[in-house]
Amino acid sequence: MTASPTASQHANQPTATSNKPPTTSAPSLVEHARVCTGSEILWESLIQEGVSVMFGYPGGAIMPAYDALPQYPQLHHVLVRHEQGAAHAAEGYARAGSTVGVAVATSGPGATNLTTGIANAMLDSIPIVCITGQVGSSLLGSDAFQETDITGVTLPITKHNYLVTRPEDIMQTIKEAFYIAKSGRPGPVVVDITKDALQKSATYKWDSSPVKLPGYRPEHRPLPSELQRAIDMIHAAKKPIIFAGHGIVQASASGLLLEFVRKTDIPVASTLLGLTGFPASHPRALGMMGMHGEAWVNQAIQESDLIVALGMRFDDRVTGNLKTYALKAKKIHVELDPAEINKLVPVDLPLIGDVREILQMLVPHVEYRERSEWLTHIEDLKGKSAVIDIKHLADNGKLFAAHVIHDLWRLTEGKSIIVSDVGQHQMWEAQYYHHDYPNKLITSGGLGTMGFALPAALGARFACPDEEIWVIAGDGGFQMTQAELQTLAQENKKVNIAIINNGYLGMVRQWQQFFYGGRYVATPMTSPDFVKLADAHGLSGIRVTKRSEVDDAVRRAREIPHTVIIDFRVEQMDAVYPMVPAGADLDAMIRRPESEPEPEATQHNPIYETGKDK
Amino acid sequence: MASLRTLVAYVEDKPGVLNRVASLFRRRGYNIASLNVGRTHESGVSRMTIVVEGDDRVASLMEANLYKLVNVLSVQDITETPSVVRDMALIKVDTVAERRAELLQLVEVFHARVVDICPGTIIAEITGSPDKIEAFVEVLKPFGITEMVQTGRIAMTRGVEGEASRISRGQNGETVVTAA
Repeated sequence: MTASPTASQHANQPTATSNKPPTTSAPSLVEHARVCTGSEILWESLIQEGVSVMFGYPGGAIMPAYDALPQYPQLHHVLVRHEQGAAHAAEGYARAGSTVGVAVATSGPGATNLTTGIANAMLDSIPIVCITGQVGSSLLGSDAFQETDITGVTLPITKHNYLVTRPEDIMQTIKEAFYIAKSGRPGPVVVDITKDALQKSATYKWDSSPVKLPGYRPEHRPLPSELQRAIDMIHAAKKPIIFAGHGIVQASASGLLLEFVRKTDIPVASTLLGLTGFPASHPRALGMMGMHGEAWVNQAIQESDLIVALGMRFDDRVTGNLKTYALKAKKIHVELDPAEINKLVPVDLPLIGDVREILQMLVPHVEYRERSEWLTHIEDLKGKSAVIDIKHLADNGKLFAAHVIHDLWRLTEGKSIIVSDVGQHQMWEAQYYHHDYPNKLITSGGLGTMGFALPAALGARFACPDEEIWVIAGDGGFQMTQAELQTLAQENKKVNIAIINNGYLGMVRQWQQFFYGGRYVATPMTSPDFVKLADAHGLSGIRVTKRSEVDDAVRRAREIPHTVIIDFRVEQMDAVYPMVPAGADLDAMIRRPESEPEPEATQHNPIYETGKDK
Repeated sequence: MASLRTLVAYVEDKPGVLNRVASLFRRRGYNIASLNVGRTHESGVSRMTIVVEGDDRVASLMEANLYKLVNVLSVQDITETPSVVRDMALIKVDTVAERRAELLQLVEVFHARVVDICPGTIIAEITGSPDKIEAFVEVLKPFGITEMVQTGRIAMTRGVEGEASRISRGQNGETVVTAA
């Protein structure tokens, strides 16, 4: 009865796929209750939850689990080069595949290395489950070798976490972990399992009944009277604006939002994480709001009389100074998490619930209202800002990041999955890669985690094997997690990597330029020769220094079957415009200068400006 | 001006739950004036009475954030609901034989009880509103208080109206929360 399942038994099992409801139909790997080790229970439970890929790194405390892994060929383990990479890869996998990502690490340093990714997943509401090994239960609290109280460490950065000390608790805990991670407002869950719980045995049979947690009620629904009030407010508004946040993308509500806009003709502004929630080429798409949002968007927000905020949380990068933020606007806040209501911006009408469900309830009842004056006004605001854009500057032999990203958008027809890192290039991506398709942008929003992009793209690659993927990263962030290049090489997976290389920690340098008297402290940065680096990893590298070379480099990169790095040597002193200084009023923007400065001035700062011409 | 809000929470009696609640309050910057935890008539369920500084907005955010903790079964802000609020204190006072009668009289006046008498000290037990305990402490101070311990506030709403969620056992022994 205790024999391990044979390979032929496994061959009969359906391979778990990400889009299958995990706990329902899949027949049990173990058909009848039998005695299994904790390690076997762990993997069996993950397979039952629909896991087929996980990202991890072995070590002492988790070794019993790894030792049992060959019994489960339907579980593919990707060996990362640093556990931070495992957590980000799980996030990339979760985001691209709209499923739960899994990261595995050992106790102590393995677990603590995960924490950056866990915090990132917490702030961006990404469903991941992190399995960590822990020292034996008899050693807990004794400062044993590689012991860290990881449930204590991750308490404030997880949606929930568990310490499991008995094999008989593993299955139920895994079930709860997956349920909590993906239900309601998604988030990271850590399951810390002691070594002896993995080694000891318990009777196991998969329990396919739904998880019941008496204190966890993730679902909310607004009252019909509240919905009616929302409809009345929308109809009464003269200058309404819709905010599309990450919730639109996560709830797959883009289609409903389009329908809502088709009926109401209300313009849509997006948050960074909500950018793919509404097609950029739509006539009512305004673009991104906030610190590096388009000037006309922020201006329109300040003048609007109604904000319909869908699945977003009024982050400080979105609002600027709260005291002067959108004072003329009434606010309807559609949000799944009641703790976000009135957290920063007082709202007139909260609609608590799933944004998809709420849109489904609203769409049949909303109607068109004539607001041509408002729409024309926004067009006017747009016109002036758009023509002074860097995109329209003639090719003067210089390579600007905006050119690179614009060309990349053009050449990929806006269809690639973009995984961006954090910094200037991330904002340029948001401004110049026009996303017309939902969920094609994976980036670190809330935490702003440099080093996110490469491992996240690795994860996205496993979730979407057939899609084109471009990493857009800065030279700084890329160097933080570049070790994962070898993971891609070992797994024989292709992503294209565009390094926007300006020799600086560009966003910090830009702040130093604007707010710290141009004192560039600790921001000039050297890089390895990225072409040689690619070569050293058995991958390919291309260097681009002129705009005329961009097309060819991108074409070659797309043709090469393995991972390619393109080292784009862009203008070093370029800045992201417009910019709302942190904490400033949303309409107090630093804008790009109207014309290119004199040639002499370009020697040092090609497009330096101070905002005085605003 | 921040006023005091009283929240009643039922939580699962599991390791680390108090830490989760305390960590939440620390992380969000809420100031706890008093926190009491104890078991209830249902095994596996504890009840917390939390008194915090804050206005209506802060109180509803705290409530929502507490609900997000998986081990929290129910939360209710009972600040505006007619309630019985109690605190208990044990106070050890120095006594010399000559003043003992006077001390015992004060204990009587405050409806407190003497629960221990030793040569040189007595321990008084007082249950009541926080104000009453404060007043009692003030009158005992001249005698010389050597030790004092307090439970923190516990609260229960009056009658059926506005009562906190009911916690009971389902048929399979699971915890059932009936919302107020």
